[in-house]
Amino acid sequence: MKRAGFANPWLPVLLLLPQLTIICLFFYWPAWQAVRSSFFLEDPFGFGETFVGLQNYTRLLDSTQYMKNAWFTLWFSAVVTALSLGIALLLAVKADSVLRGARTYRTLLMWVYAVAPPVAGFIALIVFNQRWGPLTEFFAQFGWEIRIRLEYFDTAFAMIVASVWKQVPVNFIFFLSGLQSIPPAVREAAMIDNRSAVSRFWTVTFPLLAPTGFFLLIINITYSLFDTFGMIDTILRNNPGDQPVTLVYQVYLDGFRGQDIGGSSAQSVVLMVLVLALTVFQFRLVERRIHYT
Amino acid sequence: MARVALDRVRKVYRNGFEAVKPASFEIADGEFLVLVGPSGCGKSTLLRMVAGLEDITEGSLSINGREVNGVDPAERDIAMVFQNYALYPHMTVRRNIAYGLKNRGMAKDRIAAKVQEAARMLNLTEHLDRKPSQLSGGQRQRVAMGRAIVRDPALFLFDEPLSNLDAKLRNQMRIEVKALQRRLGVTSIYVTHDQVEAMTMADRIIVLNAGRIEQIGTPSEIYHSPASVFVASFMGAPPMNLMRGAIETGAVRLSDGTALMQAPAGRGGAVTLGIRPEDVHVGEGPADFDVALVEELGAHRLLHGEVAGQPFTAHVLKDSPLGPGRHRIGLPAGALSLFDPDTGVRL
Ligand SMILES: Nc1ncnc2c1ncn2[C@@H]1O[C@H](COP(=O)(O)OP(=O)(O)O)[C@@H](O)[C@H]1O
Ligand SMILES: [Mg+2]
Repeated sequence: MKRAGFANPWLPVLLLLPQLTIICLFFYWPAWQAVRSSFFLEDPFGFGETFVGLQNYTRLLDSTQYMKNAWFTLWFSAVVTALSLGIALLLAVKADSVLRGARTYRTLLMWVYAVAPPVAGFIALIVFNQRWGPLTEFFAQFGWEIRIRLEYFDTAFAMIVASVWKQVPVNFIFFLSGLQSIPPAVREAAMIDNRSAVSRFWTVTFPLLAPTGFFLLIINITYSLFDTFGMIDTILRNNPGDQPVTLVYQVYLDGFRGQDIGGSSAQSVVLMVLVLALTVFQFRLVERRIHYT
Repeated sequence: MARVALDRVRKVYRNGFEAVKPASFEIADGEFLVLVGPSGCGKSTLLRMVAGLEDITEGSLSINGREVNGVDPAERDIAMVFQNYALYPHMTVRRNIAYGLKNRGMAKDRIAAKVQEAARMLNLTEHLDRKPSQLSGGQRQRVAMGRAIVRDPALFLFDEPLSNLDAKLRNQMRIEVKALQRRLGVTSIYVTHDQVEAMTMADRIIVLNAGRIEQIGTPSEIYHSPASVFVASFMGAPPMNLMRGAIETGAVRLSDGTALMQAPAGRGGAVTLGIRPEDVHVGEGPADFDVALVEELGAHRLLHGEVAGQPFTAHVLKDSPLGPGRHRIGLPAGALSLFDPDTGVRL
């Protein structure tokens, strides 16, 4: 490999400086602060701090509220990711057979993606409005009276619906372009080799979509864990009570509302480790295994 | 093994474009039929209708006497080799070849044996566990062939299978494909835009032009008595010389009046004259040939110039002393083709 050289060894450093500054200022420094304060108990009025070791962490494990929300987050993420990917894939497969390369549709569908999370939450509040929300009325026909922000399950349901609704278009676009990049002749060869369309999908189309799918899997998990914050906040109207919240929302509650800096920092560190694990998973497993061309 | 019959098969695409005009022909058992024509003339469309990948707008297609218009591609007992090979990129060579057998419920050990046999026949044995991306173009081509032959189909369909290979490999594969087809005796339809491939491989050729069949015949018939000006100029390199001429006072004449042969009965007026470059006698005869350029091809030479003010090419042996300048030429009556100047149809 050819190595390009700089006449002045400080030039590359200088060029990187703005980026490095931003990363340090807004990422490494806060991350370090979180790790540090997770080992301290801070006086809520700012009068000093005490080193408490792992106590902030053990407190999390002992807290039924935290464990309950951790479980909720796990389920919420799994359900939102599975539904967002599943529905999008289904729609993309159906659309692919009809719209070969119709770009305008795709752009229109993409608009939902541009909806800000709090707005998605607001829309959820409208469609699930207890008195006149269309979805509330719809489910009332089946004898299910939805009462969001009062019933734990109903609130979770509304959160999932709003999150999935907002994420499906993104996944759809990616799946659709993934499908459309499969050479038509490959599918035709499969039509001659295999008469069952379902089996063709699982043995040819789906494996060829795997790179797109794994990429989206990571994106969707990250989305359901972190980007749903604004939507949840809007649905709960800043007043969670005993309603379900995700771990990210819990960090905000304990840190900013409860003034428990140490505990909230420990929770942030847990989330950071989670993101790190996801990243490692993505690079190690996905990038190595799912690679064709 | 199969006989294939097309009866007024027509294709109109959804946008209203008629890609194949009503076409009727039959393919005998074990025959190697080549569909040839310029790009966009409807060759692939016709082949894909036979495969079942494209609906037949009108007409009837039958294989072994059974009409198969509505039959699923997987049930037509055909195998197809595509231009870009269309291998499954996520499967190894072994799984690529086995895929069609597995889906037909063949037993595992029989599949393994068949894959081994095909791989041996095609020199792929060492590559069975590779992915298509790790193979060269020629090897991918072989895998595509392997995928077709393990199936023991009644009919092979080839859509320009060699056009992505370089010239040398293409010549070699041309011979291999033809030899393989001979050995297996499977009825085949082979689509190409390359007239050399058509001439060398075919038992019979169908020349297509703008969705219409121009001529059906053996390579020799197509070459020596082209049914139209289109066939005359499409088949053969260099193509047949075509010149304006006329039938006047009992003789076929060049546009400068030179008489070439006795006029056929009941004909008069303008005609298009055609003659293959190698049928021209250079050195003596009634016409003048103004040679401007000599093209050296090693085995022989081509003289390019004008006859009666129209472009003309003649073929001479490699030791011919003739160079640029004016030469006498003879155009033997037996080698001349006459076409209607308006319709292009052979007279
Ligand atoms: N799906 C389609 N819709 C409309 N026209 C098509 C379609 N597919 C092919 N054509 C047209 O039909 C003609 C024949 O195409 P094709 O059979 O692929 O030609 P060839 O294989 O001889 O190059 C072309 O003019 C092409 O543009
Ligand atoms: Mg074609």
